[in-house]
Amino acid sequence: MTGLSDVIAFACLLAGAALCLTAGLGLVRFPDVLSRMHAGTKPQVLGVLLVMVGGAIRLDGWANVWMLLLVAAFQLLTAPVSAHMISRVAYRRRHVRRDLLLVDEYGGPGRQDTRYHGDEPGDAPPEDPGPHPG
Amino acid sequence: MTFVQVALYAMIGGGALLALIRLARGPSLLDRVVATDTLLVIIAAGLAVHAALTQDPTVVPVLVVVALLAFVGSVSVARYVGGMLLRSGTGDGRDLGLPVAAEDREAGS
Repeated sequence: MTGLSDVIAFACLLAGAALCLTAGLGLVRFPDVLSRMHAGTKPQVLGVLLVMVGGAIRLDGWANVWMLLLVAAFQLLTAPVSAHMISRVAYRRRHVRRDLLLVDEYGGPGRQDTRYHGDEPGDAPPEDPGPHPG
Repeated sequence: MTFVQVALYAMIGGGALLALIRLARGPSLLDRVVATDTLLVIIAAGLAVHAALTQDPTVVPVLVVVALLAFVGSVSVARYVGGMLLRSGTGDGRDLGLPVAAEDREAGS
């Protein structure tokens, strides 16, 4: 019983730690913000889930299991929100290598979103705002 | 079992070190935000691995704090950069101190 559960727990922990190392390698190697974020979100969801499963198997008591589950739920909820905000600002800030993009649905000639019309500061102006009023 | 422990700590430490390298080198603020987010997640994973290896649940509440701190930090810095873009006259924040955009640099970096 303990032998088998320990083997499963250490397998999950090793997979999560390998994803952490992969994220570091991708952060150093990749060329722009979007691809670095692609590499960096590997341990944010799958790595943290694997590590939490391994920790929940190893630790005793339901209180620890619920708290690790809470951490995993927070990661699942917050990772898309922060990734969306960072990638939108990165696109508008022109930190995206557009020569490496295969599909650029946000840009192009017929795009709708050429004027800043949001009401939040995270909704940054586009890169060609046109003539300034005043 | 000790080999597994050494491998776990080496992989997590290597990932954190590479994220620190990107945090130091990253040309733009958003690269540093992504690196900080990843670094905090790797720290949370390291704390969980430590708790699992020692079977000591003392650091488990710290994981919740670290997970929420990564989200709040990255979102607030993204909104801050967006506000800088709103306030800049040239539209890309160059006049307010933001570095050159990645598109305008050479394609080698």
